[in-house]
Amino acid sequence: MTDASIPKASTLLRPDARTKKRNASEARFRFYGMVAIGIGLTMLLVLMFTILTKGVGAFQQTFITLQVELLENKLDKTGARDLELIKKVSTFGYAPLIAGGFNKVVADTGIQTTLKPKDQSGILSKSAPAQLRDYVLNDPDQIGKTIEFEFLANSRVDGYLKGRVTRESIANDKNISVEQLDFVDQLKQAGVLKKRFNMDFILGADASDQRPEAAGMGVAMAGSFFMMLVVLALALPIGVAASIYLEEFAAKNWITDIIEVNISNLAAVPSIVFGILGLAVFINYMHLPQSAPLVGGLVLTLMTLPTIIISTRASLKAVPPSIRDAALGLGASKMQSVFHHVLPLAAPGILTGTIIGLAQALGETAPLLLIGMIGFIASNAPGGISEGLLSPNSAMPAQIYEWAKRADPAFYERAWGGIIILLVFLVTMNTIAVILRRRFERRW
Amino acid sequence: MYDAPSLENTLDQKAIKIAATDVQVYYGDTHAIKDVSVQIQDNTVTAFIGPSGCGKSTFLRCLNRMNDTIDICRVEGKILLDNEDIYDPKVDPVQLRAKVGMVFQKPNPFPKSIYDNIAYGPKIHGLARTKAELDEIVEKSLRRGAIWDEVKDRLQSPGTGLSGGQQQRLCIARAIATEPEVLLMDEPCSALDPIATAQVEELIDELRANFSVVIVTHSMQQAARVSQKTAFFHLGNLVEYGDTSQIFTTPVDPRTESYITGRIG
Repeated sequence: MTDASIPKASTLLRPDARTKKRNASEARFRFYGMVAIGIGLTMLLVLMFTILTKGVGAFQQTFITLQVELLENKLDKTGARDLELIKKVSTFGYAPLIAGGFNKVVADTGIQTTLKPKDQSGILSKSAPAQLRDYVLNDPDQIGKTIEFEFLANSRVDGYLKGRVTRESIANDKNISVEQLDFVDQLKQAGVLKKRFNMDFILGADASDQRPEAAGMGVAMAGSFFMMLVVLALALPIGVAASIYLEEFAAKNWITDIIEVNISNLAAVPSIVFGILGLAVFINYMHLPQSAPLVGGLVLTLMTLPTIIISTRASLKAVPPSIRDAALGLGASKMQSVFHHVLPLAAPGILTGTIIGLAQALGETAPLLLIGMIGFIASNAPGGISEGLLSPNSAMPAQIYEWAKRADPAFYERAWGGIIILLVFLVTMNTIAVILRRRFERRW
Repeated sequence: MYDAPSLENTLDQKAIKIAATDVQVYYGDTHAIKDVSVQIQDNTVTAFIGPSGCGKSTFLRCLNRMNDTIDICRVEGKILLDNEDIYDPKVDPVQLRAKVGMVFQKPNPFPKSIYDNIAYGPKIHGLARTKAELDEIVEKSLRRGAIWDEVKDRLQSPGTGLSGGQQQRLCIARAIATEPEVLLMDEPCSALDPIATAQVEELIDELRANFSVVIVTHSMQQAARVSQKTAFFHLGNLVEYGDTSQIFTTPVDPRTESYITGRIG
């Protein structure tokens, strides 16, 4: 006490050793935290950047506008405009008309080319004659007139305009030649060939291996939509009813404990397990149609149920017990207290959980693999609800997977574009979930 | 402090509303209430006092079977309301709770409008046939809850937006809107400031004219101010029960004396 040579530890102006150590460890921890978040954000940025740069191209497509004379003597020899007879003219019959269109362009613009007519038409998509034929069948009155028609360009030409295909890279490519690219350059200068936004990529149907330029997401989107309908119609009522029963009515004993543990476990079961279950039960045993959105929806319902049940129970638990007491104390029955007071308060949470469950289901690919929704070329948009549910279709993630595994780099670009569409859907759904929660959240 | 002797002399002539005999309550293995027998009179404020965890709230919740909502809780013994056993298997607790209303410790208005808070009970019990009747019940209840003047212009605004004291009076008004015969109050003023407390106490005194009121309180001053009968609970036992003036001036049991003089609790 009297020894003045020992410095007093109790000054507030200078931290002692212990405090320094504690502060240092806190600083270290903060640094680790920031590093972790930094890594996460960087990864996210890289991901978004890659997806955007690789995928944006898919929304643009190269088109060639030609003046095509729809010769009556080729398409409708009788002149009777009989649709059945016009239908007999196959796509081969339209090829000369397109060649004629090129002739006219060359003559009008004074393009110098050594290409034969067949090779000139070669810069168009293989679906070009079919495009023209569909147009004529739709409107037979146009026969005999000269129309302006916008043809899809070949995916190589499209790639050339987007910088994916170069004169060097086509050395071994028998689908396109250097002369054709020269021709393309001249057409571009003449304003005949243009790159523009392609709505068909978003709304159109998938196309076969040979025609990446014609492939679109629309039909797969309809498939996903019908699956989500099934999931919403089944998972929401079943999930909410199950959670309300478990949370509010069921006795707390070992049976409900086991059920509770197993629901949590189900949420962690790999989705492909649900896929094989769907294959065994819905297709092999119940003989529901293969590749149908109905089956996909049933499988995704199984997968989504645990998510919905868990989030619903959590939001029911979050309603303060005092609200239940208040209702019961007034002589409300258990059911009245739940439906009049607890459920409305839990609704925003239930809604959020459901939307997040749906978003998860929307992006699910693995179970679709097993029930045949992958590999199917969805070329026709469903006509109605029953067709939408029962006829074979694909789904958005399945379509992306399908495109990514095809050899042509043009499909690869479309896969990235498809991912952008899928992400737009997911981000929209999650935003709706957040807005709903903000909006309907009630305080007590 | 004990300023109503003339009233107490007439108390014993009043009818018995609730008669509890040998009530035992168990929470799992814990014996929470032991051999409690008490007779609660009509048109009387009865206070339950005692240290925390002594079982007074538990016993109160037995009187309208709110303990049924707790899975591990078990009640034995006999509780008669107007000579009917409320634990008889034929009794529906929902009907019982319409007769025996309850006000809780924390004000718990529904997150709905003030009007809907009051109207909910009458609606589910079918007490009003028309909108006009319902309006009348709401106004009457809010008047009896001594909150009408403060909220009459904003019946459609949320009940949760009121101050704590107003919320508690709203809850009392909500409880009396269903025309109960007994009103149970579980520490109704513990979350309120002294001014709100005074308002609620005044209200309790007025309610005595129509209801039998049972109030659990931690505040002995409050018990002395509002009640005519007092029951002192300790460690799950009912130690002493009698006129409030007698309990606070000449307690029979030494434990009661220790508690009210602040030596245990």
